[in-house]
Amino acid sequence: MKETIEKNTIKYQELLRKYINTQDEKALYDLELISKAFIKKNILPEELINLHIQAMENIYPQLMNEYKISMEFLLEATVFYGLALQEVDYLRQEKNVLTAEISVAANMQKTLLGTQKPERNGVDIGVISVPAHQMNGDYHHFTVGTNGTIGIAIADVIGKGIPAALCMSMIKYAIDSYPEATMSPNKVLENLNRVVERNIDSSMFITMCYAHYLPQESKLKLSSAGHEPGYIYRAKTGEFEEIRTKGIVLGVMPDAEYREYEINIDKDDLIIFLTDGVSECRDGDRFIETEELLEVIREYVDLPAQELVDNVYQYFEKLQDFQLRDDFTLIVLRKEV
Amino acid sequence: MTEGVIMNLSVKINEDSNLKVLEVSGEIDAYTAPELKESLMPLIRESGNQVEVDLEDVQYMDSTGLGVFVSALKTSKESGSHFTLKNVQGRVYRIFEITGLSEIIDIKAVIRGGNE
Repeated sequence: MKETIEKNTIKYQELLRKYINTQDEKALYDLELISKAFIKKNILPEELINLHIQAMENIYPQLMNEYKISMEFLLEATVFYGLALQEVDYLRQEKNVLTAEISVAANMQKTLLGTQKPERNGVDIGVISVPAHQMNGDYHHFTVGTNGTIGIAIADVIGKGIPAALCMSMIKYAIDSYPEATMSPNKVLENLNRVVERNIDSSMFITMCYAHYLPQESKLKLSSAGHEPGYIYRAKTGEFEEIRTKGIVLGVMPDAEYREYEINIDKDDLIIFLTDGVSECRDGDRFIETEELLEVIREYVDLPAQELVDNVYQYFEKLQDFQLRDDFTLIVLRKEV
Repeated sequence: MTEGVIMNLSVKINEDSNLKVLEVSGEIDAYTAPELKESLMPLIRESGNQVEVDLEDVQYMDSTGLGVFVSALKTSKESGSHFTLKNVQGRVYRIFEITGLSEIIDIKAVIRGGNE
C-alpha cells in the first residue's frame, strides 16, 4: 500500500503540473490509472487528497495559507468516505463467507433429503427438481414396499430459500418414522398435518401430494393436501386427465381429514406430478399456462421418462425471457406393462 | 439468472365505522407480501373488527400471499375479528381453490358469466 502511494507521488505531481499548464486530456487518462491502482490496493480517498496537497506545495511553494487550510478542511471531509468504503469491503468479505456457508448447507440438504428413484420392472420413472435459488423448498421422495408398491411424495413449502428448506427436513423425518408402505396416503397426510401444524410459523404451510402406485392391481391411490393437481396421460386416447382432489394444505387446520382417491392406470399411461413452480413459470410478462406444459409433455411423450422430464425443463429454460420464480419439480411415472 | 419483475403493491385503507376496507392493487409476492401483512394484521388483531380485503386489482399472487391470509385467519380466530376477501380474480381464486383455503376463508370471487 505504502509502496503504491510512494510510487505515485511524483507521477501525480507531474500529471498535475502538465494538466494545469496544458489541460491535456492525456493527463486525465493517466490520472485514472493512478485512481484505479489506489482502489485496487484499498487506499483511502484521503491519501489521494494528501498527494494533491503535497504536489501543490511543491509546484507552487508560495501558496496562500488560506488555500492550505482549506485543503486540510477538505481532507477531514473525505475521512468519512474512507470509513464507508472500508465498510463496503468488509461487507463484501462477509457476503462471500455467507455464500460459501449457504452452499455447504445446500449440499447438506441434498444429502439429507436425497431419495433414490426406484428402478423396477414395469415402471419407468423420471424426475427433475430445480431450485430457484441455492436451496430447494420442493421435496420429493420415493419408497418401495415389500409388495412392490411404490410410494411417491411431492411437496412444496410456501416461500423458498433457507426457511423452506429447513421445513422440508421436518417432513422428511416425520415420514421416515411412518410404516409407509402399509399406511394409506390419507393417513400419512393426516399425521403429517398434525406435526406441521404444531411446528411451523403461522404464516407458513406446505402443500403435498402423497400417492401409492400398486403395480399388481394397476392402481394409483392418492391424497392431496392442497397440492397443484397432477395429471394422467391416457395412452389409448392421447388425452390428459386432471387428477381432481380436495384437501386443505398442511399446517393450517389441526384436525384436517383427507380423502383417498383411486385411479385405474393402463399400459403406457403416464402419471404426472408437479409443483406450482412449474405452473408459475413466466416467459417475460406472460404466464406459462398448464395447457402449454401438457402440450410440451405430449411432444416428448414417447421418450423414456427421465429424458421426457429433462426435455420439458430444457424447453422452458430456452424460452427467451424465462424466469424461474419458484422451485420447479416434475415427476413422471409410466406403466410399461 | 434475472431477478423476478418487481412490481409495486399499494394498499389503501378506508375506515367506515365498523367496516374496514383494504383496497389492494398490484402483485402480491415474496417482495410485496410484507407490505400487505403490515397493513392487514393490525386490523385483524383488533377484536370485533370487520375487515374486507378488495383484491379487484390483484392479477397475480403467489403462495407467500396465501401465507399472509393464513396468518390472518389464525389471528382472527384468536382476536374475534372477521375478514372477507372480495372481487378475487380468476387466476388468484384458483390458488385459493387448489390449496383448499377457499373452504375456510370467506371469499367472494368475481362471478364470471355475468348474472350475480
